[in-house]
Amino acid sequence: MSTQTIVAAPEQSFTLSVRARERLLGIASPIVLLAVWEIAARLHFIDTRFFPAPSSVIAVLIEMLRSGELITNTLVSLRRLALGALIGGVPALILGIAMGLNRWVRAVFDPLIAATYPIPKSAILPLALLIFGLGEGSKIFMVAVGVFFPVVINSTTGVLGIGSIYLDVGRNYKANRWKTFWTIALPGALPVIMSGFKLGIGIGLILIAIAEMIGAKSGLGYMIWTAWETFSVEQMYVGLFMIAIIGFVLTVLLNELERFIIPWKSD
Amino acid sequence: MSQTATKNLRAVEPVSPTAAESQRAAARPAIRIHDLRKSFGQFVAIDGVSLDIGRGEFFMIVGPSGCGKTTLLRILAGLETASSGTIEIDTPAGADRPENAMVFQGESIFPWMTVWNNAAYGLRMRNAPAAVIKERVGHYLDRTGLTRFADYYPHQLSGGMKQRVSIARAFANDPEILLMDEPFSALDAQNKLLLQEELLHIWDEQTKTVVFITHSVDEAVYLGDRIMVMTAQPGRVKGFVRVPLPRPRAIIELQKAPEFGELIHRIWSELRDEVQRAREQENQDAAQDKRG
Repeated sequence: MSTQTIVAAPEQSFTLSVRARERLLGIASPIVLLAVWEIAARLHFIDTRFFPAPSSVIAVLIEMLRSGELITNTLVSLRRLALGALIGGVPALILGIAMGLNRWVRAVFDPLIAATYPIPKSAILPLALLIFGLGEGSKIFMVAVGVFFPVVINSTTGVLGIGSIYLDVGRNYKANRWKTFWTIALPGALPVIMSGFKLGIGIGLILIAIAEMIGAKSGLGYMIWTAWETFSVEQMYVGLFMIAIIGFVLTVLLNELERFIIPWKSD
Repeated sequence: MSQTATKNLRAVEPVSPTAAESQRAAARPAIRIHDLRKSFGQFVAIDGVSLDIGRGEFFMIVGPSGCGKTTLLRILAGLETASSGTIEIDTPAGADRPENAMVFQGESIFPWMTVWNNAAYGLRMRNAPAAVIKERVGHYLDRTGLTRFADYYPHQLSGGMKQRVSIARAFANDPEILLMDEPFSALDAQNKLLLQEELLHIWDEQTKTVVFITHSVDEAVYLGDRIMVMTAQPGRVKGFVRVPLPRPRAIIELQKAPEFGELIHRIWSELRDEVQRAREQENQDAAQDKRG
């Protein structure tokens, strides 16, 4: 049997709360990773043709920021993402809630959604190009498709998940259809709908990158693709980094939005 | 079907009744239930219940679990329709108030609304003027001791406070009849006692007709003017017990009154066989489930 010695922790002059320590670690871990990467690249432990040192990526990033190339491509992608999310998300929200509230609407659309949902969205790209051409339409369509499914499915699930007692209260207090929608169905399903939107935006980001690689003349996906063609690895990393940043910022923004529109959610 | 028929009849009542008519109205029961039946498929929940509930009466229903008492209340609330029989609810002509408001068993206040908005729900649904909402909601939040918590969301409240919001919501809506479905059953004994007393206080200032379901015999005697004991499934009327205890009542003091123990005893002796029978039914059902 092993003996365990328990050593009392020395009293510290300053103590950090668990949460502060968690946050600190969260900031420290990527920094440490980048530092290790940088050192490994400089010492040629890793092949810099594939994994260029972060410092050289940053140099290219600054250069691309100066030329305006990065900003332009980022804004183009963001615009497509926003329009696609709107065009896919709003009808999905309305249809999803209608499906949740009305069994006949559900009976009509449920099989259609179940049948089309498993199709990999990226496989629709050639069809989108065929229908919408090489312009903005096909890119926005791809994002819209990506956002549509998680939002419609989550809206239905959210409404169906509302406790029947709340609908009873609505009936007992003589809430009409319209008021039932605004005071019970929408707020009751909102937390689930919100996670559908988050999921959809994530899928939209994947799809916009793919769509821009084929038949596009702008956007971050296009930027990454041309980097491959010119074998400019640093530029490729800049593109990937930018997409990661967008994903991160959108997550933070959506979480803030969620806190704002769902103030009753207990953490 | 006959239920809707009587509701239509009520709609054509004269708007301004004569003196004689209003006198008769006062003598008329607030709720008259005649030969009410409700079945779900082959399952008979309520089998021929007839009763009158007087205006301003605090009417209690006790019965073993599964005796259809909740179904009866839900029919009164308009959340279920009866299979047959009639319900007449006497609403004074021209009165601008809803027929009923229900305090549900379990958590029924909306998690996405503040205490204030929850309490204002009924009034908002019938488009009451803002001034009326402010006055009535303010009043009943005060009466239920929730004024300080008006801007809180339900997840920040205790179980007892949530149920108080539910009571405030029902009273603020100013219904003709209050329906209460075991509103305190999920609370601990101390909270229950406090809420029962608070309910009596609020009710004393405005004696509304109340139909209150409970499985607690003590609660029935504390609160009620009259108690209906129901049989095990299918639910029928087993008997009525009048509670002659004076009002206003202090629950703690009631326990010392000699009539109190006597009443409890009487109701229990009515109820015991039914509870026993309900238990046997449950055992049979369980055995059947196991075989099937």
